[in-house]
This record gives sequence, structure tokens and C-alpha cells, in this order.
Amino acid sequence: MPKNNNEKIENIVEENKLASPLQEKKNKPILVVENLKKYFPLGSSWFQKQKHYVKAVDGVSFTIDEGKTLGVVGESGCGKTTLGRTILRLHSITDGKVMYDDIDLRTISKKEMTKLRPKIQIIFQDPYSSLSPRMTIGEIIGEAVRQHKIVPKEEFRDYIIETMRLCGLPAYYYSRYPHEFSGGQRQRISIARSLALKPDLIICDEPVSALDVSIQAQIINLLVELQEKMKITYIFISHDLSVVEYISDEIMVMYLGNVVEHGTTEQIFKNTMHPYTKALLSAVPIPDPDTKKQRIILTGDIPSPANPPKGCKFHTRCAQCMEVCKTVDPKFKEYEPGHKVACHLYPQD
Amino acid sequence: MKNVIEQLKKKREKKQQESKHYISKEQIKATAKENNRIIKQMEKQNNRKNVDESEYITQMRDPNNVVEFDNLHAYFYTDAGVVKAVDGVSFDVPKRSIVGVVGESGCGKSVTSLALMKLMAQPTGQIAKGEIRYNAKDGKAYNIAKVPREDMNKIRGKEMAMIFQEPMTSLNPVFRIGEQLDEVLFLHFPGISKEEAKQKSIAMLKTVNIAMPESIYSRYPHELSGGMRQRVMIAMALLCDPNLIIADEPTTALDVTIQAQILDLLRNIKNDINGSIMLITHDLGVIAEMADYVVVMYAGRIIEKGTVREIFKNPVHPYTVGLQKSIPALSSGEEKLYTIPGTVPNPINLPDYCYFRDRCEKRFGKCNGAYPETVQISPTHFAACYLVDEMKTEIKEKLKEVDKNAKKQQRKN
Repeated sequence: MPKNNNEKIENIVEENKLASPLQEKKNKPILVVENLKKYFPLGSSWFQKQKHYVKAVDGVSFTIDEGKTLGVVGESGCGKTTLGRTILRLHSITDGKVMYDDIDLRTISKKEMTKLRPKIQIIFQDPYSSLSPRMTIGEIIGEAVRQHKIVPKEEFRDYIIETMRLCGLPAYYYSRYPHEFSGGQRQRISIARSLALKPDLIICDEPVSALDVSIQAQIINLLVELQEKMKITYIFISHDLSVVEYISDEIMVMYLGNVVEHGTTEQIFKNTMHPYTKALLSAVPIPDPDTKKQRIILTGDIPSPANPPKGCKFHTRCAQCMEVCKTVDPKFKEYEPGHKVACHLYPQD
Repeated sequence: MKNVIEQLKKKREKKQQESKHYISKEQIKATAKENNRIIKQMEKQNNRKNVDESEYITQMRDPNNVVEFDNLHAYFYTDAGVVKAVDGVSFDVPKRSIVGVVGESGCGKSVTSLALMKLMAQPTGQIAKGEIRYNAKDGKAYNIAKVPREDMNKIRGKEMAMIFQEPMTSLNPVFRIGEQLDEVLFLHFPGISKEEAKQKSIAMLKTVNIAMPESIYSRYPHELSGGMRQRVMIAMALLCDPNLIIADEPTTALDVTIQAQILDLLRNIKNDINGSIMLITHDLGVIAEMADYVVVMYAGRIIEKGTVREIFKNPVHPYTVGLQKSIPALSSGEEKLYTIPGTVPNPINLPDYCYFRDRCEKRFGKCNGAYPETVQISPTHFAACYLVDEMKTEIKEKLKEVDKNAKKQQRKN
């Protein structure tokens, strides 16, 4: 069986390779990820060779065009955060390609990567732990600006204040400390910090999950505004489907390290194909007491990524599980232009 | 010389002006002393033993309610000043219903529930004023605010139980699930044998849909997933067959799919135990789905309360309206999200006008006056806003229509 699987995986990879050059012609992709893998070794000991791995990201491929937003959705433990961090090389890449502007981020040296860092930035989830409590806001935002020599020394302060103004922070915050701010303000500071480096691509790792609804809306609007102004590309990682739907052009649904469905926002929401995506969508509570919708309630929890089920990884919780699903990995195939699904419910050949 | 002295003086004045936002050491000392005095008094009342029941037995206003909050004030006496976390809150939890409490973080929704359980961080957190009347299973009505600590231990857990937000921090990591479940039974049913307790615990794990309850019984919390832990918490809450379950953000730390499972479970349980649930959350979607009545809180006060349909279909207070507009609804196709400008006011120095005025889009002359009183709009719908008077004629017409429709339906039936 494993041989078959291997062949199939290789086929999928080849398909993807064929698919990517075609897309390149249409638009200018800013980031091309091909078959990206990140395995974390488990139970390493002095005498044993490392044999078991947690396959946090297991063969993910996608491209993003300039100025677009890619939403990544999934339950906790599905590898969406690891994906974001691996692209940034905050984790080492196990296998696969991450092409940023025709540069393979996997092969370049650390020094070169440092030079590239300003171009790819990240906004973290928890605004309380991602800001150093001992630095003033000006220092936090300006630290990397100084490091990468984005602006000459004389213009430094003005530049930082200008960036702060862009993010809706008044200039007198410059010499204040993070503890004086609320969650929403801190998230603005985080955004200003990454924005100050003039990035092309920002990976937003659950930037609004720790915030209240009213503040959440402010931050989302700010992100959208900045994108319109500066043509920044976002990878928006979140578990909140309504937020992702609002902000994204394309959506990628992940389950246990694999992409199960990828398409434009409209395709994902109007023509949902994968049963997991359907279940995810139906689980979102709607703030209207009159709409009582048919809910697909998934049984059980997400399986451990250290020991994923054979065949389709979702088959243990799938309502439409068939015999094939338990043994054969489904192909990740394109069924509509730009809409890819990995599921046995749809023709595999 | 004179010039220098003048300059120094000016500098000092400037510094003093700047430090107006901060509290001086002397001020802190003074407030701390005053607060300590108050706290000591309250703790003395709280720690008394063998108190006669007549002191805290009262009468329910409506015997069909499980809990009645009546003008509850729950304060935290900190060194920086008194934090009025809950400042005059009144609402009822009727029998066999789910009451949802919504609000942003820091609006006092959790403190309200903690005050009901008498679990506020003591000694700083105290119920300063007001009554919480609780309708017990045996027909007695307790005034929770006056029940001393010793007697409260008998009510807490047995009569009303709480499900906390983070299941990992509320389960003890060094004890097995079974031990923690049995402990509840040993406490509230003295004389129960070990075997009986185990059987009861396993049966309860079964009712919350845990597969293989026998094996889960002898596992440690870290071996379970978030959803499973929350199920164990629910099982623990149900062990003594409580009258009221307080669920404080029970699904906030969980994934949407697991959230759907847990909400489904809670709904079924409510029907099984024939009790009420007080559901505290900031997620309006969850509220719309679960609750019968909704209470919207802002900066320690209730700004609007009513049935779910009233709150979601006919919201009156601009804050309620804004909250609903700021959620990105699925497939709505809006261009830009509505935002409520600004942030929640500091709970130590609350203004004397409407707390929401500075963030309100619809503010007008009247809003500069005192905090608006709660106005009744329909038998179940209340709101604290000056706009209500302005809109009253409009609302009356609407209400008439609603009444007409209801009557029509009755006729049809």
C-alpha cells in the first residue's frame, strides 16, 4: 500500500508543478510554495535514530498574487500556524520549496535571509506577549527599522511617528510602554512594527482572535485599509471563518497538515465541496435567532498529528466516509478553475 | 540666579501637571487605608460561624425565578481606587431557561457570575450593595449577598455549579479525572461509599457523551483534548444535579466544530436536568443560538435586556446595535465593517454621564446629563438610553404591530 501512496503523492506533486507555471503567466505571484513539509521529530534519544515525526505541515502547495489575501482556516493543531512560521523560516524547512520573488528561501544562507526579513513580516496572535514590556513603543517599532537601515538616522523619529499615524496611533504614544495600552492598541502597535519595514508580504497569525468584537472590527478595517494603500499581500491565518471570509480573496482549508480544499472565497462559501469545509461552515454560530440551520456536528476530536489515520485523514470524523477513504489517500485535484479539493466523493481520475 | 529659580519652578509645575494622570504615593496610602477598613468589616461579616438562617432567608419576588439580581454592586477595593466592576445590575433568571450575558471584556459579566457564586477574589472583591436572591431546590430563598462563607459552601456546587472558560486551568493536573469527580460527591454527600461514587461519576461521564468513560475515569487531564476536558468540567458541574449552571465562556477556548458539540450538549442537558443556565459569552452568535433572554452589559451596568428576538431584531441601545453591526457575518457581502470608535472607559474613574456617550454616534444634548435610567419598552424589554424617549412613539407603533400580529396568530391557532 505505501508504495501506491508514494506514487500518488508524487503524481500530485507533479500535477502541482504543472499547474504553477500556468498561473504565473496570468498574474505576478509574490510567493510560490511547493510541497512544503515541516516534520518535528518525536522522542529522540541518544541510542535510537529518530523515527517518529509529527507531520505538522505535510505537502502544502499554493501561490499568492501580489496585493491579494490568502486565508488559512482550520482547527487548532491542523498546522496553520506552523505553515506561517515555516514560510518565514522561523522553523527550518524539512522539504519543499518556498519561492519568494524567484528566490528559494530554503536554500539561501542565514545572512541572506536576514536581508530578506523586512520584506516578509509576521503579526502574532497574542498582543500581550509579543511586545517587550521594557521597551517604549517608539523603540519597539523602530528596533528593526534601525537594524535594517530603512531610513537615515535624521528621519528616524519622523518615520516612526508617520507609521504610527498610519496605524491610528497618536504621536504622543512614542515614549509610552506597552502595559499602558489595551489589547486593540497593542495589536495596532504590532501592525505598525511590521509595517515600518515596508514589507511586501505580512503573515497575520490570528491577529484578532484575542480581541473583543468591536475592537476586532477596527483592526480588520485597518488591515484592509493598509492593503489598499500599500498593496501589501496577506496570509491571514485564523480559525474564525466569518473574519476570513470578510478579508480574503482566496481561502485554504487545512486538516492535519494537509490542504483539503483551496479556492476563491466565493467558491469555498457558495460551492463548498469537501465535507470538512461543510462541517466547519455549518458550525459557525449565526447572530440571528430566527435562522435555525441544519448543523453538521462532527463527532470526536481532531486525531493526533503524530499518529494520523491511514487513507484520507478526515475519514474518522466524516459523515460520508466510504470504504476507499479508509485506505487510499485522495488526490488534491482541481474541479473548477482555481478550486481544488482532496476528497473521494469526487471523481479521482 | 532669579532666572534659574524661576525656570526650576516652571519645570516643577510642568511635571506636576504631567503627573496628574498618575496617582501619588500619599494618595495610594490613603485609599489603601480606607479600603482596608471597609474590607475588614465585610470579611468579619463573611467569616462568622453558626449564623442563624433567618438572617439570610428572604422571599423571591417571583417564585418562577431561579435567581434574581437586585441592584447588585460588586466592587474591588484596590490600592488605586475602588473598581466598580458591577454597578447596579438587576435581572432575573427564570426557571428552565437560558439567560445569556453579553459584553466586551471588562464589562463585569464574569464578576456578576462570580458574585453569585461568592467566588470573587477575596478579600479585595466584595459585594458592596444589593441582593442576589436564589430559589433553592427545597423551596427556601437565600440572599446570597448575606450568606456567610461557611453556609455558602453547602450551596455552591450542590445547588448551582459553574463551568469555567479554560478547562485546562480549572482541572487539577496532578489528580486523575476520577478522583476529581469523586471529590465533589464526597463533599456534598457525606457517607457515600467509594464504589458508589465511582459508579455515579462514570455514569455522569457517559451522559456527557464521553466514549469509554471507564478508561477516562483513570486518566490525567493532560491526556485529554480541550473538548474532552470541557465535557469533564460539565460532568463535574452536573454531579450534584444543580438547579442552575453558570457557564462562563464555556466555548471560547475551543474550535468551532468542538464548540458546536459542546453547545449541543449544554442544550440537551438543560432539558434533562430541568434547570436553568446562565451563559456568559462575548460571542453574539452563540447567544443568538442558545439563549432565551439576553442581558447586554457595558462598563458594569446593564444597558439593555430582553428576549433574544427583541435584542437581535429590535435593538434600541446604540451599543447593542453597534456590536451586532461589527461582526463580519457569513456571506453578507458588506464593503466595510462597522466599528465602534474608542474603547471602554477606565473602571476606576467612571464619568458621571452615560458611560457610552464618548463612543456613541447618536449622542445629543440630553446625553450630557446624568446616567440615563432604565426605561421599559415592552413587558420584557428594557434599555438605559435617552434615545428611548425619542423613539418611544416609533416603538409604540411597532409594538402595536407586533401585538396585532400575535393576536392574528392566536386567532389562527
